[in-house]
Amino acid sequence: MFKFDKLVFGDAGWGDEFLIATLMTLLVSILSMGLGLFLAIITVWAKIIQNRITRFIANFYTTVIRGVPELLVIYLIFFGGNAVVMSIARVFGYNKYIELNALTIATIAIAVISATYSSEVLRASYLAISKGQIEAARALGMNKFSIFFKVISPQVIRNALPGIGNVWQITLKDTSLISVTGLVEIMRQSRISSNVEHSPLTFLITAAILYLCLTTISGRVFKTLEVNYSKGFST
Amino acid sequence: MIELLNSIQNSLIYKNFFLVLSGLDNTILLLLISLPLGFVLALLFALGRVSKITLLSRTIASYIFVIRGTPLLVQIYLIYFGLGSVKFIRESFLWYALKEPFWCGVIALTINTVAYGAEIFRGGIQSIEKSQVESGLSLGFGKFLLLRKIILPIAIRKVLPSYGNELILMVKATSLVSLTTYMEMTGIARKIMAKTFAPVEAFIAAGILYLFLNFLMVQFVKYLEWKYNPHLRLNN
Repeated sequence: MFKFDKLVFGDAGWGDEFLIATLMTLLVSILSMGLGLFLAIITVWAKIIQNRITRFIANFYTTVIRGVPELLVIYLIFFGGNAVVMSIARVFGYNKYIELNALTIATIAIAVISATYSSEVLRASYLAISKGQIEAARALGMNKFSIFFKVISPQVIRNALPGIGNVWQITLKDTSLISVTGLVEIMRQSRISSNVEHSPLTFLITAAILYLCLTTISGRVFKTLEVNYSKGFST
Repeated sequence: MIELLNSIQNSLIYKNFFLVLSGLDNTILLLLISLPLGFVLALLFALGRVSKITLLSRTIASYIFVIRGTPLLVQIYLIYFGLGSVKFIRESFLWYALKEPFWCGVIALTINTVAYGAEIFRGGIQSIEKSQVESGLSLGFGKFLLLRKIILPIAIRKVLPSYGNELILMVKATSLVSLTTYMEMTGIARKIMAKTFAPVEAFIAAGILYLFLNFLMVQFVKYLEWKYNPHLRLNN
């Protein structure tokens, strides 16, 4: 039933493969969280400037992506992404076949999903900043650029950190869905190993423990960051 | 005019829509069993979590910790592939349920939603003001009556918005059951994709149906909120 001796490092076991797969999960999570935050900032910006068209597009994007299963979004980007990229390339006169690699597609797909959650968190924490502060900064003669970096960003980061921590956990767990595209991360590795060794229970439990470690450790990291960023704020 | 109608009826997205629609009942069946079961169990688990029996509370806390820390896909695979590979489970009565991808999906979804739901209800129960419990006690309410008349109604009412979120997450989570060969909407969409090699049309048809399902769920939760928060209504 259990073949935990198969988890040793080296050629006899799957230990080193699982280590690489864990790093791959972390890599996809970090890349897509970063790209997701970038997309989220654009979405929030589109929502808060007084423009009906951009607001409509941003609202449409967040509503649709949050109302559709993550698996469908991943399938759509995985199977439809190549066609989109090729048709864009054709506009520029490049007619050869293009294939995106699995990591790129995984990162984009997870980022598109994670951005919708991040944007809600960021928007709420932006709205929590009192208007008086921005007016005060303007009265001091600060330009838009320094208002954003010296007044808005530090407070948004502090307000948003708990929420961003939650989004990170969701993103980390969503990377398990990427296994359907063939990228070898923890989930895919556990399926491969269990097919070879005919012991799904062993390797699925290994995968569960690895995910549990990742979520617990990153939860601790976010706790430390929160304490760090709320220095000077007695709670 | 007729030509236009014909071209619409022959278009891939139109045909796919009805094909995917035939999987809607399978998706709803998953939800119809796992959501009510999950709701009741989540309430019980939340009560166990706040109880003074340390062993019970600790056990439930670690259950919630493990389930919330691992992806749902791992849980589904563990039940479908993992438990199926154990010999004594294959020989026991459990195998009648576990050999069907449908029941595996129901079990996995229920286990998942109970963990999240219990945590939500715990927040609701702990946010009840002490004075309300005390006033119940002063009226001579027993433990059970207190629970039924004061604690649960207030707690459930308070957490309705966040439990609504969890319900929507569950609607989306049913798509993962398609990975265990269960043919609900996502599974059918993937089959269409493999047959016609038109991914965008197939998945958009499924996406529209999921959006519709979630829209209904949002309206349902809104109705519940309206019904159970009469003191917050603007005009009676």
